[in-house]
Amino acid sequence: MKTKRTEKHRGLRAAIVFTALGILLIAAFFLNINSGSVKLSLGEVFDIVFLRDESQENYNILWKIRLPRMALSAVLGGALALSGFLLQSFFRNPIAGPFVLGISSGAKMLLAVVTIAAAGIFADEYTSLPAGVTVITAFLGSMLITLVVLMFSGRVRDMSALLVIGIMISYICSSVTDFLINFAEDADIVNLTHWSLGSFSGAKWQDVGISAAIVFPAFVLSCLMAKPISAYALGEGYAKSVGVRTGVFRAILIGLSSVLSAAVTAFAGPISFVGIAVPHIARLSLGTNSPKAMIPAVFIGGAVFCMFCDLIARTVFSPTDLSIGTVTGIIGAPIVIWLMATRRKRNA
Amino acid sequence: MPDNNEFYFSCQQLSVGYNKKPLISDISVGIKRGEILTLIGPNGAGKSTILKSISKQLSLISGKVFVGNDELSDLPPKKLSRRMAVMLTERIVPELMTVGELAASGRYPYTNAFGKLTDEDRRIVNDALEQVHALDLYDREISSLSDGQRQRVMLARALCQQPEMIVLDEPVSFLDIKHKTELLELLYEMSRNKGITIILSLHEIDLAAKISDKIMCVKGEYITKIGTPEEIFTDNTISELYEIDGGKYNSLFGSTELFLPESGKPRVFVIGGNGSGIPYYRLLRRLGISFYAGILFENDIDFQIASVLAEETVSCAAFSKPDEQTVRLAEEYIQRCEYVIDCGCEIGEINKANETLMKNAEKSGKTILREFSEIERLVG
Repeated sequence: MKTKRTEKHRGLRAAIVFTALGILLIAAFFLNINSGSVKLSLGEVFDIVFLRDESQENYNILWKIRLPRMALSAVLGGALALSGFLLQSFFRNPIAGPFVLGISSGAKMLLAVVTIAAAGIFADEYTSLPAGVTVITAFLGSMLITLVVLMFSGRVRDMSALLVIGIMISYICSSVTDFLINFAEDADIVNLTHWSLGSFSGAKWQDVGISAAIVFPAFVLSCLMAKPISAYALGEGYAKSVGVRTGVFRAILIGLSSVLSAAVTAFAGPISFVGIAVPHIARLSLGTNSPKAMIPAVFIGGAVFCMFCDLIARTVFSPTDLSIGTVTGIIGAPIVIWLMATRRKRNA
Repeated sequence: MPDNNEFYFSCQQLSVGYNKKPLISDISVGIKRGEILTLIGPNGAGKSTILKSISKQLSLISGKVFVGNDELSDLPPKKLSRRMAVMLTERIVPELMTVGELAASGRYPYTNAFGKLTDEDRRIVNDALEQVHALDLYDREISSLSDGQRQRVMLARALCQQPEMIVLDEPVSFLDIKHKTELLELLYEMSRNKGITIILSLHEIDLAAKISDKIMCVKGEYITKIGTPEEIFTDNTISELYEIDGGKYNSLFGSTELFLPESGKPRVFVIGGNGSGIPYYRLLRRLGISFYAGILFENDIDFQIASVLAEETVSCAAFSKPDEQTVRLAEEYIQRCEYVIDCGCEIGEINKANETLMKNAEKSGKTILREFSEIERLVG
């Protein structure tokens, strides 16, 4: 039998990539808990994290502020990157990402509606939306747009057409949002503005718990879908011809990626470029687009990417927190540009 | 009416189309195991629609399709995928995928829930690639392959499904002539050696005539004709199917001429024979010069083309000398011309008349041309 040169080569490459990801994850963990205005010794960290020693004076800083924030950025970063990968597999288009389909614009639109309605109804008593309401509203907005996109997905035969529809829906939502904001008082939409910048700050363990409860089952389900996803790499026609029930598959895949990105949008606001940049980096590092390797790599990679971006967001201009979108954009967008610019060269 | 027991694949009163609107109706055809059915017809005639419908990519509008002994609609996707593989027209170039991986993706219906390849799967992938002479490409990336190589790998992918039947939509359309013949020969081998039933569409009607057991002419709302290549490849059927001007298509050669005479006044008489005349006829026609051709035996290959391209062709019965009347007619045509072309056909016992024609023409002051370049100067 023919020696599988690439297969051995790839196995080695995957081992290197996953080891590197592991090291980065640990590094991100220690850098994150130990950076900021209050410095902690390793001993203190150990006592707080593993012994839950509440008598430590920095217990609150670490356990109630830094750790949940870090955990949230890891879970949601993984979710974002995975969501991007799923959509790219689905559309067979490297630029597809959770926000290209209008998912965050949908969330923002509904949030604008609810914010302005609340300001109107509660008038003087209104200061800002309760966090829980923001989360639920953003989630519902994301899912609403997903349903609209799904409705179209049955009608169009061409995936790129669906992508264009998604982008257009996104524009419509943005227009509606802008329209509403025109008629709102600046004071009323403070929390909308804040939300739309995106941030992991103020994360609580409860947020981590809820998002993990959404994200991890979605991750496991994605792993189980690795086989049909790989069949989809040849297009819907070939997928169908080997026995994939494409209608069901479409719905599950779009549903999964939407739930993932809706969770992110709800808890951290719209975060751009992670969904596009991380899968690309993972693909190039692994040298394959095979979902079996990509799904875990993308998930861990997204977590690491967001942990580092959040680290930058809260330390570089400390004590001012940058919004996470600012950092992911500044790091992620050039990566995407570079990838697009060198894409043809690699394919040639 | 196709009888299911006799045929591996058949359809009965099948209607196909998009969005519940029938495009082509009342298709009934059957082929036996290991036979090749080719769909021919002009662009947009609905060949792809039929192929997509019988491979369950499109839902049927009405009628029945049988694969093996089962009706298509009763076959669950997985069962069907072990019986039927497809090759579609879209040119797919999946990113970072190797030939081995692409071929192995054909094992999909057989692998476990995680798509794990067993040793048996790997052996089948190897065999399939070997059969299409692509095993040496195993580690190459798909994006680095030529069109011909990629099509062979796609065929290997189809073979990995261990199908009893393969449906191919214009598999050779963008290949050069070497790779066209190579791929079709592979298909033929598979049908004969492995008993794989093959349905494909082709634009290359000359090749369709050589590979097919049955031909289906697709045009517009109904199937215009179904039959063996011998029944289908007559000048008329093909000319009608593709709406090409009468005579342009030559069923004997399977070749097609490009320019037909526009009944201008001929200026040239071409003396050919034994194939020597064909390049001259085609050159003259390309230059837009009307001509006479002669004197040709009716079994000469020159005669086949001359009778399409020449204004008039002076001919005589096979294997016999031209009679006086024929020679006189040729003399008469030559007198009307300024030029006579000598194609350099060997002169033997029975075509001596051509030699005489040439001598007489020279005597009467006609210019004799031999070189292609001289002829090209005529137009200027």
